[in-house]
Amino acid sequence: MAKPHITFHESQPAKAQGLLAWLHIDLPLMIALLLLVGIGLAILFSAGDKEMVLLQKQLIRLGFGFAVMVVLAQIHPDNFRRWSPWLYGLGILFLVSVILFGELGKGAQRWLDLGFIRFQPSEMFKLTLPMLIAWYLAEQRLPPSPSRLIAAALFTVLPVILIAKQPDLGTALLVGSGGAFALFLAGISWRLIAVGGILMAGMGPVAWYLMHDYQRQRVLTFLNPESDPLGTGYHIIQSKIAIGSGGISGKGWLNGTQSHLEFLPERHTDFIFAVISEEFGLVGVVALLMLYLFIILRGLYIASQAQDTFGRILAGALSLIFFVYLFVNAGMVTGLLPVVGVPLPLISYGGTSLVTILASFGILMSIQTHKKLLPT
Amino acid sequence: MPQSSLKDYLHESQLFLGRAIVSGTLVILALMVLVGRLFFLQIENHEHFTTLSQDNRVKLEPLPPTRGLIFDRNGAILAQNLPAYSLEIIPEKTKNLTETIEQISEIISITEDDIQRFHRLRKQRKRFDSIPIRVRLQEDEVARIAVHRHRFPGVDVNATLLRDYPQGLQTAHLLGYVGRINEKELQRIDTSNYSGTDFIGKNGVEKSYESLLHGDVGLQQVEVNAKGRVLRVLENQPPQPGNNLQLFLDMRLQSIALEALGEYNGAVVAIDVETGGVLTMVSKPGYNPNLFVEGISSRDYRALEDSPDNPLFNRAIRGQYPPGSTVKPFIGLAGLEYDVVGFYQETYCPGYYQLPGKDHKYRDWKKWGHGKVDMATGIIESCDVYYYELARTLGIDRLYEFLTGFGFGIPSRVDLDGELSGLMPSREWKQSKRREPWYPGETLIVGIGQGYFLATPLQLASATATLANRGHRIRPRVVATIEGPDGEKRDSPLIEDVLHQLDPEHWNQVIDAMTQVVEGQRGTARSIYTSNYRIAGKTGTAQVFSIKQDEEYDEETVAKRKRDHALFVAFAPVESPKIAIAVVVENGGHGGSVAAPIARKVMDRYLVDTPPAN
Repeated sequence: MAKPHITFHESQPAKAQGLLAWLHIDLPLMIALLLLVGIGLAILFSAGDKEMVLLQKQLIRLGFGFAVMVVLAQIHPDNFRRWSPWLYGLGILFLVSVILFGELGKGAQRWLDLGFIRFQPSEMFKLTLPMLIAWYLAEQRLPPSPSRLIAAALFTVLPVILIAKQPDLGTALLVGSGGAFALFLAGISWRLIAVGGILMAGMGPVAWYLMHDYQRQRVLTFLNPESDPLGTGYHIIQSKIAIGSGGISGKGWLNGTQSHLEFLPERHTDFIFAVISEEFGLVGVVALLMLYLFIILRGLYIASQAQDTFGRILAGALSLIFFVYLFVNAGMVTGLLPVVGVPLPLISYGGTSLVTILASFGILMSIQTHKKLLPT
Repeated sequence: MPQSSLKDYLHESQLFLGRAIVSGTLVILALMVLVGRLFFLQIENHEHFTTLSQDNRVKLEPLPPTRGLIFDRNGAILAQNLPAYSLEIIPEKTKNLTETIEQISEIISITEDDIQRFHRLRKQRKRFDSIPIRVRLQEDEVARIAVHRHRFPGVDVNATLLRDYPQGLQTAHLLGYVGRINEKELQRIDTSNYSGTDFIGKNGVEKSYESLLHGDVGLQQVEVNAKGRVLRVLENQPPQPGNNLQLFLDMRLQSIALEALGEYNGAVVAIDVETGGVLTMVSKPGYNPNLFVEGISSRDYRALEDSPDNPLFNRAIRGQYPPGSTVKPFIGLAGLEYDVVGFYQETYCPGYYQLPGKDHKYRDWKKWGHGKVDMATGIIESCDVYYYELARTLGIDRLYEFLTGFGFGIPSRVDLDGELSGLMPSREWKQSKRREPWYPGETLIVGIGQGYFLATPLQLASATATLANRGHRIRPRVVATIEGPDGEKRDSPLIEDVLHQLDPEHWNQVIDAMTQVVEGQRGTARSIYTSNYRIAGKTGTAQVFSIKQDEEYDEETVAKRKRDHALFVAFAPVESPKIAIAVVVENGGHGGSVAAPIARKVMDRYLVDTPPAN
């Protein structure tokens, strides 16, 4: 068992990778992320109708996001473990203060202004919740005991409810899935998973009752977009037209009529996936999905290679959250899922989630690159 | 302890690996579902969505064709298209329609009529149509609107081409007018060809030649964005303008005829004998056709409708008058042709006529009688008794057969809409319409063009032209030449029905007698004699109001509207006829004194005055 860890240090090629190793950067992940971000910028250039200001702002955010990633990659995973209860507690505090003092934006209370920075506390739970669950479950032997499971479930539900109250269904979904993935990876029994699934299904009517009108409307529109072609169904209809008319090879870069003639709403943010499908066709989209798949599998690989339980659960959960981003966004744009405000990760224009996602890859790189020999 | 921790580690690591593999598999499966969905949208339904995407971005805009122009025979313009500015409102785009109209009326004048028309049009239009509130804006009004336009969303000044009739009421009945397409017309027309057109011919030449005047719509394929703004033109198929029409009409004759009618109402129709071309067609009173182009106000329309003079009524083709003595030459010809009378055979006229064994006296207009009368004298002096006798001898059946040959009682099939057929009575007609047998007395009054006998001025002119042509009936026509948008001209067809061959001597005899009507000492139209050319004519007087037996008819005491209609038919020059004319002067009294001078003025203008250079 010791052998692989010895070869770990030996296998580092000199010089070029020496710098990357010193910076704690995982090369395959880094290359894939840069490729994805590059593609994203090219598409944003088209979707934003060649608006350079849009591109500049996105570049600044990306720069900041990659900086955060590199910084987090330097921090030893043990520190994340130690900080996780405190980060979680601080997050809950922020969420409560958002509800009490938060700023309104687009009919929802999401932002917290701390004077020097304006941010969405709900975003940090995409990182801190998996961290907390990983920390909590790694304290004892796996699979976790029933009492630990219940506690972990409660840790998950608390922020999800607070975020859903804002209301921000998309983020609540992502945070909740983060907690659920952490529990799944921790090895809870299949029977419990089945029970959980049934419970979730039973929650449907309850969720309907708790939903805001606009959320209900989204669900109804999802079920039958043609019922309201000029209102809420417009997004989905136009998006399907954009994707479908793209065909196998697409209309070509900068030639998408649905996006450039402004038929497709939110084309540079949540619906950018439709722009890609329209301009690059099935071939282009499948290639893009392969790139995403590579990043997710690389994340799962890093998780499986992690040195301890905390690292494994955290890395696995973060990789799967990234997948949920992709699947919920693409599912919504293609009309498979209801419209939920989830961006296409690392491509959609917009700051907060971009930074969170790159931060999660920073943590993944930290887990991958901070390994020491086990005592024999 | 290390042992157990290592064991734990291995166990946990394997447990996790299993879960990670399950996760990875689920991720791949989920992405396969996604690809399946993309396949469904992009491959299976690609065509469907391509169509929808095209429908989104490409709009077809109709380009209305320019309506053809109408000229008279000398090139004078009769109908044209003038650029005009109209102020239009899209009601759905205004905040408050009534308020908007009120505020606009503070800037430019908007009358009650304008508002009424606006609401009337609004009912007929589709939603989001632009509806005119004011038409024919003056330039200063356009400027004032431009300054204030930002205050009024949904209000815009549009430049359009409006039909204009520079000759106004002079050509109103003949040309008709265009008006906004109404619901009934919408069902009749090819809506795609009219997709950009607001106006359609309502009557006259404008209606009869609608399909030629309108032209073909053009189409413009434009790319629009989601807000409907046109970004670029993808394809442009220009409209095909309508055909220009040149009429046989001579505006000089038209104005002189109208002027010559003076105070009277009536109709003048002149026909080019050689071609059947309508040289003049006047119906008085007229109306201003330009009022109808942008929708006449209901007050103006009611005034026209309610006027006892009936200005909207086209007397030339719809006015059915008893032809009176103007039919005598035709009946004389019938007598010669059927060989029931000799040209020089005489009859005694005591001033009245009685059927054998009957008391009823059929009066002559000359109370004391004409004395000995032959056919020529009967025409020249217009002796009624001679024609009572001749009609009786011929009988109604032969009269019917012969006179319908000249077009009496049947539509002339002129190229105008709405022509009436007049009435040539017959036994069959009386049996089917009146359920009564034909009485011999009725034949007598047909002989002097009274009773059931009715003819339109156009029929009279056409029959006279047939007489001038010695039996060649040429169908009257208004349009001479049709000029296509490519400049290619084609003439309207000359359609001729040859009357059965008559003895040439009979034509000469009757025409000679008609010439004596003007040239003879006792001719009823001797007042219009001219040495410039020779005229053959016949006067007529049509009773509007029947006079009882033995009652004196006094022009002075009979109310004007009950006075007789004065008629005159003529052609000239006698040797080689060029123009045939029919004049009906309503309540004009005697044909010779009132109607004949009008005909003379028109013929003078045509035959003597040199036409203006083209």
